[in-house]
Amino acid sequence: MSKHWPVLTLGAVLLVGLVLPIATGASPPGFYVEVLLGGLMAGVLYSLVALGFALIFKASGVFNFAQGSMVLFAALAVARLGEQMPLWVAMLLAMVIMVALAWLIERLVLRPLVNQEGVALLMATLGVTYFLDGFGQTLWGSGIYKIDLGIAKEPVMILDQVFQGGILVNKEDFVAALVAAGLVASLVLFFQKTSTGRALRAVADDHQAAQSIGIPLNYIWVIVWSVAGFVALVAGVIWGSQLGVQFSLSQVALKALPVVILGGFTSIAGAIVGGLIIGVGEKMAEVFLGPVMVKVFDLAGGGIENWFAYVLALLFLLVRPEGLFGEKNIDRV
Amino acid sequence: MNEKAIEHAHRIGGVVLALEGVSLAFGGVKALSDVSFDVREHEVRAIIGPNGAGKSSMLNVINGVYHPQQGTIRYLGREYHDMDPHEVAMSGISRTFQNLALFKGMSVLDNIMSGRNLKMHSNILLQALRIGPALREEIEHREVVEGIIDFLEIQAYRKTQVGRLPYGLQKRVDLARALAMEPRILLLDEPMAGMNMEEKQDMCRFILDVNDEFGTTIVLIEHDMSVVMDISDRVLVLDYGKKIGDGTPDEVRANQAVIEAYLGVSH
Ligand SMILES: Nc1ncnc2c1ncn2[C@@H]1O[C@H](COP(=O)(O)OP(=O)(O)OP(=O)(O)O)[C@@H](O)[C@H]1O
Ligand SMILES: [Mg+2]
Repeated sequence: MSKHWPVLTLGAVLLVGLVLPIATGASPPGFYVEVLLGGLMAGVLYSLVALGFALIFKASGVFNFAQGSMVLFAALAVARLGEQMPLWVAMLLAMVIMVALAWLIERLVLRPLVNQEGVALLMATLGVTYFLDGFGQTLWGSGIYKIDLGIAKEPVMILDQVFQGGILVNKEDFVAALVAAGLVASLVLFFQKTSTGRALRAVADDHQAAQSIGIPLNYIWVIVWSVAGFVALVAGVIWGSQLGVQFSLSQVALKALPVVILGGFTSIAGAIVGGLIIGVGEKMAEVFLGPVMVKVFDLAGGGIENWFAYVLALLFLLVRPEGLFGEKNIDRV
Repeated sequence: MNEKAIEHAHRIGGVVLALEGVSLAFGGVKALSDVSFDVREHEVRAIIGPNGAGKSSMLNVINGVYHPQQGTIRYLGREYHDMDPHEVAMSGISRTFQNLALFKGMSVLDNIMSGRNLKMHSNILLQALRIGPALREEIEHREVVEGIIDFLEIQAYRKTQVGRLPYGLQKRVDLARALAMEPRILLLDEPMAGMNMEEKQDMCRFILDVNDEFGTTIVLIEHDMSVVMDISDRVLVLDYGKKIGDGTPDEVRANQAVIEAYLGVSH
């Protein structure tokens, strides 16, 4: 038990932070729930992207730095193709592009580098990152583009009987969060219940044994990168619609990194829970902690949302490097 | 010879797998030097030798994990310079590992089911929806797997996560997964290492039963001499990557080079 006190302390601090605004009466209940819900809705998207990241890490041991850029790339594809054709056709086409990309990455990057040092693979995904960022612009331009999902963006009032003043939610955000949650659930089911899912888990556990029973590693890699591409596409479309398709999208998507550090690189559950913790945490911190910091330290304020996730991830690295659900890394001989 | 043994001897057929002049080196270390050996249909073929003799390397060459620098591998009427793990698995060779390579995070059932992977053909979409052919397929394969589970007497651990099982049982799951592929040739790398007497006897019985009931050809690496001499038809002896003996247990026992290798090296 005593070993765990740093984690427990950190958890306790987070929990206190979570309940303090409502416990001290600093926030009216309705507003509190509104912030919480906003955090959860943002968090589901982080979970989704983190899931793509965790899948790749599990199946190939590759730390996919390019996940954020894949989001931007997919969003750009949808936005620009969508100008010439119906949105759903553009999305289908973009999906084809993402699968092709997965195949190319497997062929040109993973396969030749598979027995090299981990650093070589990390550098390679860094290369893929910058290539995608640049190549996306080459193909589709570097402006700010729109994706219009055709769902109303105005906030609607819900639960106004329960809470005074009701809760404001943006309908589009809500639908997006539902879609993302549904997708997370389907991916988990796919992973747990299908024979391809079983093969994926097998590869994640032991490459050599998986090969010996005839699971082709290359095929599995194409699949996980395609799934990551699909996840990137969905997240890209949603964020693109909310924020506009622009370069900063890849920064937003990069939040998948702190999420998986928090949850544990190899853990599906970790990616999901981590996403929600960071989504809620950063919203809460921005809304409730921000003003306090401004007052106490006389700061300019704002911007907590930008660094909260990374600081939390750093703290986790200090107290529990394997993450919430990750396995301790024991090298077998 | 009892009746069973005579029947077994009659079943042994022609050569199914042959390595010729195979050499494999890792940097300066010669794991295998110019080794030739063959395996006949339905036989129990043992490979023995001191630590580091190149036994595991031999299996790894057969199963395509290692690519030898020299030599050829004849298998199913074709000649290969090296093998590809996926094709080897497809063609009916399965194996177990010296240092257990199970899918530790998965249940016993899932581990063994994964051995059926190659025999499943429904596409990903159908699997995802769990409908029609995909579901039927899953059920069919499940039946085969349950049969193997009964055969190896691990019914009680079906749903247990493999990493939590004691070592002896993990070895059994490893064998079960390999059996789930319904192999023609089964490669076993020290299936009895680290087992007590009773567990060893069980394992011996399983191996002989597999060979007997399904006619599976068995290539077996084992350190325990009494076991090897007891269950194998022919024995290959390696030392420092070289073949120093090959023949029936009696022939090998009488071989001077073998006696020296075993007296000279302590285990
Ligand atoms: N992947 C590898 N890289 C470098 N050297 C290797 C590799 N695999 C095997 N070797 C070397 O090749 C030689 C033969 O190894 P191998 O594992 O085949 O021996 P073995 O007969 O199975 O021994 P043991 O009884 O200890 O399992 C050893 O010297 C070993 O160190
Ligand atoms: Mg060995």
